[in-house]
Amino acid sequence: MSDLPRRLGVLVLLLVALALPLVLEDFWLQLGLFVMATAIGAVGLTLLVGVAGQLSLGHAAFAAIGAYVYVWATSESTDTLAGAGLPAVVGLVLAVAAAALVGFVFSPVASRLRGIYLGLATLGLVFVVRHLLLNLEEWTGGFNGRSVEPFTIAGFSFSNKSPDYLAIAGVEFQGLHRLWYLFLVLTLLACWLAANLRTSRIGRAWANVRDSETAAAAMGIAVARHKASAFVVSSGYAGLAGALLALAYGRLAPDVFTLTVSVDFLVMIVLGGLGSVGGAVVGALFVTALPLVLTQYSSALPFLASPGSGGLDPATASRLLYGLAIIAVLLFLRGGLAGAFRRLRHRGDAATGAPDDTPLPTPTEPGHPAGPSPSRSKETAR
Amino acid sequence: MSYFLSQVLNGLSYGLVLSLIAAGFAIVFTSTGVLNFAHGSIVLLGAYLVAVTQPTIGFWPAVLVGIAGAAVVGVLINALLVRHLADPNPGTAAILMLGVDIVLLTELTRRIGNQVLPLGAPWGADVIHLGGIALPAGRVLAAGLAIVVFAGLWFLFARTRLGVGMRAAAADGPTAALMGIRLSRTGATGWALAGVLAALAGIFLTSFPAPGVAPTVALSAFLAIPAWVLGGFDSVPGAVIGGLVIGLVTSLTVGYESSLAFLGSGFGEVVPYVVMIIVLLVRPQGLLGSKEAVRV
Repeated sequence: MSDLPRRLGVLVLLLVALALPLVLEDFWLQLGLFVMATAIGAVGLTLLVGVAGQLSLGHAAFAAIGAYVYVWATSESTDTLAGAGLPAVVGLVLAVAAAALVGFVFSPVASRLRGIYLGLATLGLVFVVRHLLLNLEEWTGGFNGRSVEPFTIAGFSFSNKSPDYLAIAGVEFQGLHRLWYLFLVLTLLACWLAANLRTSRIGRAWANVRDSETAAAAMGIAVARHKASAFVVSSGYAGLAGALLALAYGRLAPDVFTLTVSVDFLVMIVLGGLGSVGGAVVGALFVTALPLVLTQYSSALPFLASPGSGGLDPATASRLLYGLAIIAVLLFLRGGLAGAFRRLRHRGDAATGAPDDTPLPTPTEPGHPAGPSPSRSKETAR
Repeated sequence: MSYFLSQVLNGLSYGLVLSLIAAGFAIVFTSTGVLNFAHGSIVLLGAYLVAVTQPTIGFWPAVLVGIAGAAVVGVLINALLVRHLADPNPGTAAILMLGVDIVLLTELTRRIGNQVLPLGAPWGADVIHLGGIALPAGRVLAAGLAIVVFAGLWFLFARTRLGVGMRAAAADGPTAALMGIRLSRTGATGWALAGVLAALAGIFLTSFPAPGVAPTVALSAFLAIPAWVLGGFDSVPGAVIGGLVIGLVTSLTVGYESSLAFLGSGFGEVVPYVVMIIVLLVRPQGLLGSKEAVRV
């Protein structure tokens, strides 16, 4: 079977994403911005954890670096805060480059450690970066943080001003609407790049290193260099996610990038299915949207109490819910949501395409006509 | 000079408490290969159980309840969750423990709320004077107890059938199983031991000079991770040394913060992680860890 249904599905989702700002209220637009920003970070992390088999708990640190570098680069200097006053696009590029550079500086550690050992080493990064954010007040604004300039390209501002009024099909396009499309373009770009990277020569080298470092070395793959490169690419993604989060929040403070953020990124990719780009996006949608939606509708949900009253408040409920979701997925759902979806599709294929003596295609049969392409089957074969 | 000495002694006694937690990490890791991110919550759970039960049944029985509770929860996590992973490997196990940590910590935080539960330890806020140096009695007791516990652990691992079996299982699980060692039993023992150590550490982390049981205790238990990594991932003596080093470095950094101002305020909170990153760069297997654990 061809990839046609899959492509059609993506196209439909894309059209929906393009049309949504025409109908959504501000709350949902804001939510969408957060989801897209975190989705980029999750996609980067899934390349590192799912494809290259390394664990990182340091992505909050890389996101923080991206966010603060972006804000520093695009702000004008004042007497208390430093800024470079560069164009926003340059700021975005610098944010990604800076996060990737820090990832590169850290990569001697990344290339020597593997799996959970690397996870522990990166855990330290979160605390060190937080310390720097609090103390380098001239650049970061210290504990109180600093505000973020709106994104601007050639005089067109992604805010409520300049042009002051812009309407398409009778819907006024305010800052949130404009940012939505900016974020959408960047998210699509990030996903497309990640999906291609995964099936490219370098992505297959990463997967080979993950499955067996000895075998990879025997095949002529430079193990240390590939572990380092996975780490650098993943940090760059986190840097972009951080810069977009800065735009979505409109104000930065060190408390935005705690260890919880690192854990959240991990939760997203585990729920979605390790190594799956689409899964990472779905995971980001779930993890980011759940607490916000529960908070928004807490008065309408009977089992939720208002915060501080001692009952089950929305933030607590969503944390409990997604803690349990991780446990459930890891115990019962091999390969996360993406794995389950893939199995479901194969079952459908087998029922319609090969009703007779053909056995159900298992994910470990790369040569089966109805099976997935070899690179994808490798994911499930872990 | 006496200021320096008191900082050193404070650091060492605090370090021994960290060692208790770090040893728990090491024991769980060697016995079942799990990076136990929920360990901090189990520390908090032990202290919480003591604080909740002590008004009705008295402090010492409450300590027993706390220890038993933490051990049982550890054993249950292993038996009900870790052993049933759909895709068992160290990475997924670590992420599973993050999930368990989120659930445990959220529930305990909800129960404790904004209050700080008093632990009701009989040594209260007593201070012991040693030649001009004042130390909290709880810390002195913790240090003494930790030394006794570590002696007991040494005896267990060196002299008893169970302990030797646990070491064999850690060294090579399948072979140990063929030799008649029950891996389920050694695993459960490891988790139970780690729970006991966690509860003990929790009691000392929440009694004077700390105000009482609050959710932040789970975070301070995170400081034992650098201690564990420093000592080597699979070594209990390494965890003890790592704890002492981290305790000492932290205490000295905090004690001399005014002369270390160029490192920024609050550097004492991050210095364990800085030490950990440096050690990992120079010696990835830690101080006493065996080389295979991180062979590339």
